[in-house]
Amino acid sequence: MNTIREVWDAMMRNKMRVTATGIAVASGIFLLIVLLGAGNGIIHTMEQNSQGLNLDAINIWPGMTSKPWNGLKEGRSIQLKDDDRKALEKQHDDVVLSSSAQLEKTETANVGHKHATVSLMGVFPSYTEFENIQILRGRFLNDIDLRKRRRVVVIDEKAETALFGKNANAVGRDIRVGQSMYRVVGVQKNDFAFSNNNFYAPFTTVQGIYGGKQEIGNITLKARPGSTEQQLEELTEGIRYTLGTRHEFDPTDRRAVWIWNSAEDNASMNQAKGILNTSFWILGLLTLLSGIVGVSNIMLISVKERTHEFGIRRAIGARPWNIIRMVMLESVLITTFFGYWGMLAGIVFCEWMDQTVGSTVVDIGVFQQKVFVDPTVDLSICLQATVVMIIAGAIAGFFPARRAAQVKPIEALRG
Amino acid sequence: MIHLENIHKTYQGSQPLHVLKGISLDIRRGEFVSIMGASGSGKSTLLNILGILDDYDEGVYTLDGTLIRGLSEVRAADFRNRMIGFIFQSFNLIPFKDAVENVALPLFYQGVPRRKRNALALEYLDKLGLKDWAHHKPAELSGGQKQRVAIARALITQPKIILADEPTGALDSHTSVEVMQILKQLHEDGMTIVVVTHESGVAYQADKIVHIKDGQIGDIELVTDESRSPFSMDGVMK
Repeated sequence: MNTIREVWDAMMRNKMRVTATGIAVASGIFLLIVLLGAGNGIIHTMEQNSQGLNLDAINIWPGMTSKPWNGLKEGRSIQLKDDDRKALEKQHDDVVLSSSAQLEKTETANVGHKHATVSLMGVFPSYTEFENIQILRGRFLNDIDLRKRRRVVVIDEKAETALFGKNANAVGRDIRVGQSMYRVVGVQKNDFAFSNNNFYAPFTTVQGIYGGKQEIGNITLKARPGSTEQQLEELTEGIRYTLGTRHEFDPTDRRAVWIWNSAEDNASMNQAKGILNTSFWILGLLTLLSGIVGVSNIMLISVKERTHEFGIRRAIGARPWNIIRMVMLESVLITTFFGYWGMLAGIVFCEWMDQTVGSTVVDIGVFQQKVFVDPTVDLSICLQATVVMIIAGAIAGFFPARRAAQVKPIEALRG
Repeated sequence: MIHLENIHKTYQGSQPLHVLKGISLDIRRGEFVSIMGASGSGKSTLLNILGILDDYDEGVYTLDGTLIRGLSEVRAADFRNRMIGFIFQSFNLIPFKDAVENVALPLFYQGVPRRKRNALALEYLDKLGLKDWAHHKPAELSGGQKQRVAIARALITQPKIILADEPTGALDSHTSVEVMQILKQLHEDGMTIVVVTHESGVAYQADKIVHIKDGQIGDIELVTDESRSPFSMDGVMK
């Protein structure tokens, strides 16, 4: 406490110098936190945009050829078959973990006199691995449903309300979809974006009712965890080649089948997030470093200015460590006090960004989207940054302090 | 108390300067010694060595039985703090501290709590007639007052020796008399005092005058009551 009082007296004598040092420290912390907050805002936005998308999945839809191939003219429709799915899973098993097929039909669903237009999707039980399906009540489809071609369906909560009424529980109740009756086995939460009135029934059931034995609507492949971006890019080309061979179209014909490799997108997005995060950290740390260099420089000037005072102190009994401790403590007090205020200002600024820019919603018709989501920084990160600054401040103070302590008392007295 | 034997000191530089050339001297406990010499004779260097503010190149220096050469900086600081009281020509007070804080500072390095050391500092200032000036900064004090604050600071740790480097050098004659009277009083109380001066009026207040010339002791003059003229403004001004 005695030493702090001593240091405080010295600091009060040089308010201008202390303030200049403090501003360097506070602005360093402030900019670091604001940069990290802004980076988080962008990253969170990217994450929110990707919510509800089937990450690590590759979707394949049939298209129409746009190039002639092997004597066949362009403009042929490609019809995917279940054997295509099996062939793709087999030929690319180094990257493909599992596969699923869907068959989609637009139908009218009826319960009594209430009706709604729905998208009936024939899917595999593994569909939940590809899509973020959140079951609110009941269950999703299982292997027995698939094997026994049960007429069971998972509906969404909007359809449940529309067809069964508000607060009704549709699980266990029957519903007519098209010409067939189904039993509701589960109710799923609506995806905010695209999943209005999506009904899921076993793939085999829908195929039996609407399609031939082999016909499927689209194929979904799930990539093995840890697949590299290059592997995923190669998989996209491999799919075109495999299907091109099976359906006789040019593998470079991008319209013959439509492939959306969300896994590839996901890897790119993760990489982009990583680069963004690293860039903001580097920028922030450089700002912090400039603050530390500022502290060190000002402490050097301070030590030089106070050489005579240190000489007096040494002459009346101060040990070298007393001088080092004094200078370091001054540096630490400055960095702690101003670092704290810089941190607070940074947090307040991030909260302000959250309340203003962060609340801005863009309506693009299909859905609404925030453009800058939660541009804030974890308190623990803020505290860690401040602690790093304080430690750096102590180190910044140490070298000038050691220099001051190494001067002979008589030389310091003459200084 | 102080034993110097063949002390040498050279200031290194582009042209090394051999300042002390074999100084040998003994100062007994309770003695009042003046070191006198012309400017550049080496007397201040000698005092700095005695005060462990500077080191020496050759010879033996023992203070109260302890060999000073090779002393760690920590022990040297403790010696300066507990055994030696310094009085400088230019006072060497810390400008942003008031008189009490300046006087109390040596006790800070002994770990004495603030309240206790300030109370003690106030006592010493009172003894030196500066109680009313206790909370004034050095810039608000006269030369004599500053030197009395410096004396109080030198005394507060109850040292065994007072080392004074031209203690009256920056003072007018009247104030010089006051300061020398304080030193004489301290000597009468049993304190060992070493004063560096080039003023004979000051030097003759001591028991012994060590004359230094060109880094060597010229002669040691014992001061008798007959040779010691009453200290006066005239004496100081000689």
